[in-house]
Amino acid sequence: MEKLPNTTDVSQLLTGKESAALGRRIFLRYIGATAAAGVVLSACQNQIVDPAARGAARAGDVINLGDIGYDDAGVLNYAYALEQLEAAFYVQVMMTPFAGMNGYERQALSEIRDHEIIHRELFKAALGSAAIPGLTPNFSAINFNSRASVLGTARVFESVGVSAYNGAGRLLKSADYLTLAGKIVSVEARHVSIISELLNPMTTSFAGDDIVDPMTALGQARKPSEVLPLVQPFIQEKINGKDQPQ
Amino acid sequence: MNLQNILHEIEQVDTDVVDRLDHMSRRHMFSSLVKKAVVAGSAAAPVVLASLLNKTYGQSSVVAEVLNFALTLEYLEAEYYNVSLATPGFLNGEARVTFAQIAKHENAHVALLKGALGSAAVAKPKFDLTYGGAYPDTFSNYRTFLTQASGFEDVGVRAYKGQAPRLMSAPDVLTIALQIHSVEALHAAKVRYLAGLQGWINLSPPGLPYAEEDKVSQGGVNLVAATGYSAALVSQAFDEPLTKDQILAIVKPYFA
Repeated sequence: MEKLPNTTDVSQLLTGKESAALGRRIFLRYIGATAAAGVVLSACQNQIVDPAARGAARAGDVINLGDIGYDDAGVLNYAYALEQLEAAFYVQVMMTPFAGMNGYERQALSEIRDHEIIHRELFKAALGSAAIPGLTPNFSAINFNSRASVLGTARVFESVGVSAYNGAGRLLKSADYLTLAGKIVSVEARHVSIISELLNPMTTSFAGDDIVDPMTALGQARKPSEVLPLVQPFIQEKINGKDQPQ
Repeated sequence: MNLQNILHEIEQVDTDVVDRLDHMSRRHMFSSLVKKAVVAGSAAAPVVLASLLNKTYGQSSVVAEVLNFALTLEYLEAEYYNVSLATPGFLNGEARVTFAQIAKHENAHVALLKGALGSAAVAKPKFDLTYGGAYPDTFSNYRTFLTQASGFEDVGVRAYKGQAPRLMSAPDVLTIALQIHSVEALHAAKVRYLAGLQGWINLSPPGLPYAEEDKVSQGGVNLVAATGYSAALVSQAFDEPLTKDQILAIVKPYFA
């Protein structure tokens, strides 16, 4: 790896919303007020929102993806939402590494973070003014100090991501976007494999019977209506989206 | 058998594929295997079957050609892993666990594609697993074995990806192809891990006759400029497709 961004580099790369989240986190750590997070957040919300975060959504907002598949922009926004979630997760993972993270894990997880940020920025740029706002993650259910919690969550996020892309390919009307989605989904599957290896080394977990049907050897494919309920608990905004009638 | 000949045969078979599939449909397509495939897919079973049999093939012989191309590659992968597992004392411990799981999948892919194609399926070719003599120690030297396995899986990923746009007229088949594609990528990363490599492809691997993995622009966006990340990191984040001709040029020496 040529470049291992330090914290400063990372925050420069983030969207405004994530900068705000990072700023909030650093702020909390600085004042040692983690236990009183809710109170501090509500008290300080106006001060911590970066001016660059304009266009970012706020907790409680509704993000409407409409009939996903009505047009390609809807499908790309759906992917953009998932990539935002993944990127934010790994940014947090590397900001607060779990105890005992070894060198291999540090490199793999930071590269995965970078891949997800690159995917997110691609969709953001490709969508331009049609892009949904930056989302606010809700990772309260994840214990970032726990290796098992982080890697277990990572495996779920990546597996859901793969199944989402597999299910969404048929919704795209542009062959170029289908190819682009294909270029991304196989990298997400590579993430699943390596994270599975970290979590359950020397087993079949990398392509386990829980994620690959043991009879047909097909990976999972999920419709948007199956994916959104799985990721909604990790996003503060309400994400609305329906399957385009086929 | 020469792979080019196989593909030529497929094109000839294609002309009466609709009749054949209509005829074979009840018997073959409702096999429990395909039912399982369909249940695992995103669409309801009858829709997929109808699509595979009537709509898809009726509309286009391209779908049968793509599936036979995929089947040919899956035959090769399955053969490779089956031989490795059957070679006494060759694969042990983690290697055996890993390649038994991968072999299970490749054999299932063969069965699935054969079932879907019915009488239009190409026959299993004869293989030269020494790659035309270049790798005489494939099943005695674990390093040689891993190198080729890694090549098979990454080539498989590129092959399915390259064919995906050709299946857009048959969305149910496309979904199944994508479901196979992602499994090949799971395998690819684990085999690379066993070989001591990163799970993802960093720029273009040396020695391959293409440099697509060096791309830093995707979807018209220069991602080095847009993100500030290195070309290496940007290249890792995307797997590139290859065309059928590019794949055939790579795998041709495996066909006896």
